[in-house]
Amino acid sequence: MSGKLAERDVVNGRESPSASGLAVARPSAARRYLNAQSDSAFSDGFFKTLMLASALTIFVIVLFIFLELAWQSRMAIAHFGISFLYRSAWNPVSEDFGARPFIYGTLVSSLLALLIAVPLSVSTAVFITEMCPIPLRRSLSFLTELLAAIPSVVYGLWALVVLVPLLRTEINPFLMRTLGWTGFFEGPDYGVSMLAAGVILAIMILPIISSITREVMSTVPQSQREAALALGATRWEMIRISVLPNARLGIAGGIILGLGRALGETMAVTMVIGNRPEIARSLLAPGYTMASVLANEFTEATTSLYLSALIEIGLVLFLVTIVVNALARLLIWSVTRGASSRMA
Amino acid sequence: MGVGIEVKDLNAWYGSTHTLRDIHLNIPANHATALIGPSGCGKSTFVRCLNRMHETNPIARVTGTVKIGDLDIYNDVSPVVIRRRIGMVFQRPNPFPTMSIYDNVASGLRLNGFRNRQALDEIVERSLRRAALWDEVKDDLKRKSGASISGGQQQRLCIARTLAVDPEVLLMDEPASALDPISTAKIEDLIFQLKSEYTIVIVTHNMQQAARVAEKTGFFLNGQLVEFDATTKIFTNPSDKRTEDYITGRFG
Repeated sequence: MSGKLAERDVVNGRESPSASGLAVARPSAARRYLNAQSDSAFSDGFFKTLMLASALTIFVIVLFIFLELAWQSRMAIAHFGISFLYRSAWNPVSEDFGARPFIYGTLVSSLLALLIAVPLSVSTAVFITEMCPIPLRRSLSFLTELLAAIPSVVYGLWALVVLVPLLRTEINPFLMRTLGWTGFFEGPDYGVSMLAAGVILAIMILPIISSITREVMSTVPQSQREAALALGATRWEMIRISVLPNARLGIAGGIILGLGRALGETMAVTMVIGNRPEIARSLLAPGYTMASVLANEFTEATTSLYLSALIEIGLVLFLVTIVVNALARLLIWSVTRGASSRMA
Repeated sequence: MGVGIEVKDLNAWYGSTHTLRDIHLNIPANHATALIGPSGCGKSTFVRCLNRMHETNPIARVTGTVKIGDLDIYNDVSPVVIRRRIGMVFQRPNPFPTMSIYDNVASGLRLNGFRNRQALDEIVERSLRRAALWDEVKDDLKRKSGASISGGQQQRLCIARTLAVDPEVLLMDEPASALDPISTAKIEDLIFQLKSEYTIVIVTHNMQQAARVAEKTGFFLNGQLVEFDATTKIFTNPSDKRTEDYITGRFG
């Protein structure tokens, strides 16, 4: 009984059982300390300002990048107007510039990368989180994340030495035979091509999408998995009706991040895409992206209009990235709108 | 119609922890059986052994025999087949948040390829009626998500989802412990109505709940089944001193 009393006394702010015998109860050390503290309004306000400043910095940096790009490209904007966006010419000698083939190249190579990388990386994540034997799990996820740490120039070299010859001798002939009729796989085969760029981009964004998907899937509550299992779901059925639907927003977020990387990737793409500013239906034909033309020609731009046109390409890349991201988010929003309004 | 459950020499482990020791138990068909005991006594592990949910944890292990009706669930069939015949309701309501109320109830049948729409409509309605949820959700069946209704409604939705596949045994692992008293009363009413048709095994921390809904009660302590008898006997005249200490509130 005395033990219980002592416990209660501490709760009431007395230091020891014997203190309860004293006429005047002394506040405990903890209470005296806490009573002496200020309301900490100052430090709270300080941190709020600090956090706000950090958040604003990001916004300001983005704004300044945009303004600087617009300012530096003012000559090209004035000279070509809106037609810069849809004209296909790219002739430094006659100073005739248009961004269309580059916009096309950036969009198509990124889309191709997504088409290849999304199924692969989601399957990888499903395997690692749901099916992989536990001892293998850590090393496999480490390996996928290692892919993200390889410098892009190394990817480019590998693609040039291994991937491009492989495409030319083995894969492209097969694609031409089986899918040539679609028009997407025809014409002279150089190896360096839109397809090579798409494949190397897919490999580069795979770790991003896969690690985010893995992370999100591992946060799906056990109770959700058990709900499916208790209904007699097999492991795959459990993944299909419970894990993937619960993780779909996070997976979509991972895909958007991967897309962002693919749109801006420069080095590896430049090394394998062929760098020819033309729009071809065939994916086996060479192409050019906005990032690649900037990297290739910036140091050679001799006239101010040429330089200005290149910077306008940078501005367009900046805007295309923002627009594509916004569209992707809009797409996700419209797909999940039903669900989220039901949740509200 | 429910079937009886026969448990012999059941032992279970989590890693090196021996959570269930030599359990022998016969659970009668078409009655409610309550399992009580302090936290960590193994009662949840025990019900999870009845539909082979225990072994979904990679470090878990089970030995012994469990017969559901004539079916030896650890030797005759795969866990997937067993779980289609034994429904389970969990402590926390776990409806599928991305599915509508209707799809939640239909999910068990759809999993097994049931596609007859008209029959599905009927089954969904009947299951929701039996779970006493129909009147509250009938207007938003396909519009509202399973996660958009209140906690008590979610738990009844989970019961409806389980009833839709017409199980022979209904396992309930503290089905009302996360709910308020009104929702709890509704769940208890439900158990009372369902027990004539299903064999119900309910784990509960609430001894009054066990006394209200169950004909038979088992008392677990430290992984052992201390006593299993008629509920009235357990609560008025237990044979074991430990049972008496527990139900009179001397520990636990």
